[in-house]
Amino acid sequence: MKFALKTFWMAAVLLLATINSSAQGNELRFVLHAEPKTFDPILVQDDSSETVRYLTGGVLIRLNRKSQKLEPELATNWKVGSSGKTIRLTIRGGVQFSDGTPFSADDVAYTFRRLMDPAVHSPTGDAFRSSSGTVTTQVSGKDQVTITFPAPVAGVARLFDSIVMMSAKSALKEKAVLGPFMVGEYHPGSYLLLKRNPHYWKQDAGGRRLPLLDSIRLDIQQNRDTETLRFQRGDIDLINSLDTDYFNRLLKDAPGSVTDLGPSLDAEQFWFNQVKRSPIPAYKIAWFRSTNFRRAIAHATNRDDISRLVFSGHARPASGPVSVANKFWFNAKLKPYVFDRRMAMEFLAKDGFRRDGTTLRDKDGHPVEFSIITNAGNKAREREATLIQQDLAELGMKVNIVTLDFPSLIDRISQSFNYEACILGLLNSDLDPNEQMNVWLSSSENHQWDPSQKSPATQWEADIDKLMRQQASSTNDTVRKQAYDRVQEVVWEQVPFLYLVTKNALAAISPKVKNAEPTVLRPQTYWNIEKIAVQGK
Amino acid sequence: MMKAIRAISIAILSIALLSCIFAEFVAPNHYAKQDREASNEPPSHRYLLGTDELGRDRFARLVYGSRVSFTLAPAAAIFSVLLAEIIGGLAGYVGGVWKSAAMAVTDLVLSMPWLFLLITVRAALPLNVSPMVSVVVTFLLLGMLGWAASARMLCSAGTQIRQSGYVLQAQAAGCRGWRLFFVHVAPNLKPLLLAQFWISVPIFILAEANLGLLGLGISEPLPSWGGMLRELENYSALRSEPWRFAALILLFLVVSAFQFVLPENAANEVRS
Repeated sequence: MKFALKTFWMAAVLLLATINSSAQGNELRFVLHAEPKTFDPILVQDDSSETVRYLTGGVLIRLNRKSQKLEPELATNWKVGSSGKTIRLTIRGGVQFSDGTPFSADDVAYTFRRLMDPAVHSPTGDAFRSSSGTVTTQVSGKDQVTITFPAPVAGVARLFDSIVMMSAKSALKEKAVLGPFMVGEYHPGSYLLLKRNPHYWKQDAGGRRLPLLDSIRLDIQQNRDTETLRFQRGDIDLINSLDTDYFNRLLKDAPGSVTDLGPSLDAEQFWFNQVKRSPIPAYKIAWFRSTNFRRAIAHATNRDDISRLVFSGHARPASGPVSVANKFWFNAKLKPYVFDRRMAMEFLAKDGFRRDGTTLRDKDGHPVEFSIITNAGNKAREREATLIQQDLAELGMKVNIVTLDFPSLIDRISQSFNYEACILGLLNSDLDPNEQMNVWLSSSENHQWDPSQKSPATQWEADIDKLMRQQASSTNDTVRKQAYDRVQEVVWEQVPFLYLVTKNALAAISPKVKNAEPTVLRPQTYWNIEKIAVQGK
Repeated sequence: MMKAIRAISIAILSIALLSCIFAEFVAPNHYAKQDREASNEPPSHRYLLGTDELGRDRFARLVYGSRVSFTLAPAAAIFSVLLAEIIGGLAGYVGGVWKSAAMAVTDLVLSMPWLFLLITVRAALPLNVSPMVSVVVTFLLLGMLGWAASARMLCSAGTQIRQSGYVLQAQAAGCRGWRLFFVHVAPNLKPLLLAQFWISVPIFILAEANLGLLGLGISEPLPSWGGMLRELENYSALRSEPWRFAALILLFLVVSAFQFVLPENAANEVRS
């Protein structure tokens, strides 16, 4: 009898432990494609570190990835001054860092001091350096803080979504976090384990402390093929930004686990080298600098076929630099260039191009032949180039496709300028046009078609410079929107970049994952990480 | 048994070679023609191996891709073996400082990561070249970088020949210099050259396939085996579309056939 009772109790304890572990052992797993370079949130530059920052860091204001609206987080409210130079924030009370240190307005001041310290070289801080001068922080009481910038910062509140608050007092320094998770274990080259932050301040509607997960295991795994296989085996629960091939594979094998979220912010773009000093024949530079020539190419490129054949329909023809997914900044008046060879020939005829049998010649008799470079190993871009090659062959143009290793390609487009046309992708991580200042300003190194100009080479580039500066210096969203709409129109008219397609955001989420609300904005699948749970682990 | 395998190998190579020579008759569709309304089609009377993602006839691409490999891999092999003979054979024959210097260069070339070297050299080439020129350049590069292993063997053989009785007799009879090399040494290197040629052909075919797999091979729209092997990256499609394996199967058969043809051939040459 005594033995039976003992056995019963042992079994009961084991059962309870099992039940407990299934409730507590609530672990989400997914993959980092590279080693995180830093755990210091203000030094983050790479994707892996950004993932860790997002999962562990607490921010004052958060961008809701679904509504694309700002929400209070560690700041219960905020007010931007009429000049656009100040922002006053009220700090949430009763919040503690993961080690139990209380969070206060002093921590906000400390974070900003560190962020703006020139010796730290914070890439995140760059967004606040609108002009020379210092950023000052004034703490009033325990929960009020006012941050003053030397010049107006457009969309300043939105920038707080990436500023992770750090503790001024904790001995753990940046390891003391305010986000839902904290770094538990790190095995370089293998995995990173994030554990639940026991002091996380949020609760759900039912009063349950968040996050719902106990831990997140981030396996460091570069190979996409292996990642997909592991997802199919159930080893990992999420995949963000799936390629079309992998999406199609999962669609066949696990149709319930993949989702096409619609147009993302990412586009594929094609441009011609317009750099006058580049080592290519002058007559070719003249073609590439001609708006008629570029518009002809835009009309002769069948974007619908690119979308259908290269991306299996998981993309749509693009009209400009802003995706339809960017609800506020997208200029709905613009439509993608229609595929029309007759119109293309009309634009070419304006510049004196003419057909000579199967060859197109310019007004001086040069046959129209140029090369398109793209990065080797990217099948989608190679296919895009092959489709464009055939489309342009119909006009009598001869296009040579050259795939290059990435360093060589970057050298050609940014140093030697020894190339004629290029296809690359545009990755947009931010909704705000300020993020693209370095592309549109003619003086910028990333003004790809003709970088680092001392003064704008054309009137329309001067117009874009003026409009971009205008939107960047205004705090009025209507004024900013008008200016940026006009920028998009100029880009559509002049075609410095020929936007091919906007890719759809494709993701895979295991059916075991509950409460996921994937969105097109990064991080697509786990942006509401505190509410996500995993069933059956 | 080996005779039968050899006969089968010769038959495989012959069929592949004849298909390449008469590609226009074997595959009437053009390899670059995009039938965009018929992408990823299964095999049919019109498209024997179906179509690829861009609606191009996979069979035509395989046949024309084979033509590229069969024409240019042997050309690259000849080029590479000739380089090996000049550098290695001559080094073995002359000996002394020349041999040490030549072998040092050979070791240097052998120790280089050829794939990275190819990528670097290729990146430095002019961009505006036609696909056909890109093919020739790719195989020329392969030939220029692939001579070192053969050179080492030819050097060793050259040294042996230099010390052989008939060369000593020829020298005693007053035969010297280039005449001695071309009349008595070079002809005796021929069996080894032939063996090296047969070994090099499949190596260059595979090297092009490797480059193609990395997307650094022959320019579009010209087909190559390497480029076609990239279709195997999407393995989920392979289960439902096994005809995508055609390029891999052909590559496997051809490379294997070369190996089975080689030993008998080389042995006969050595015996003769």
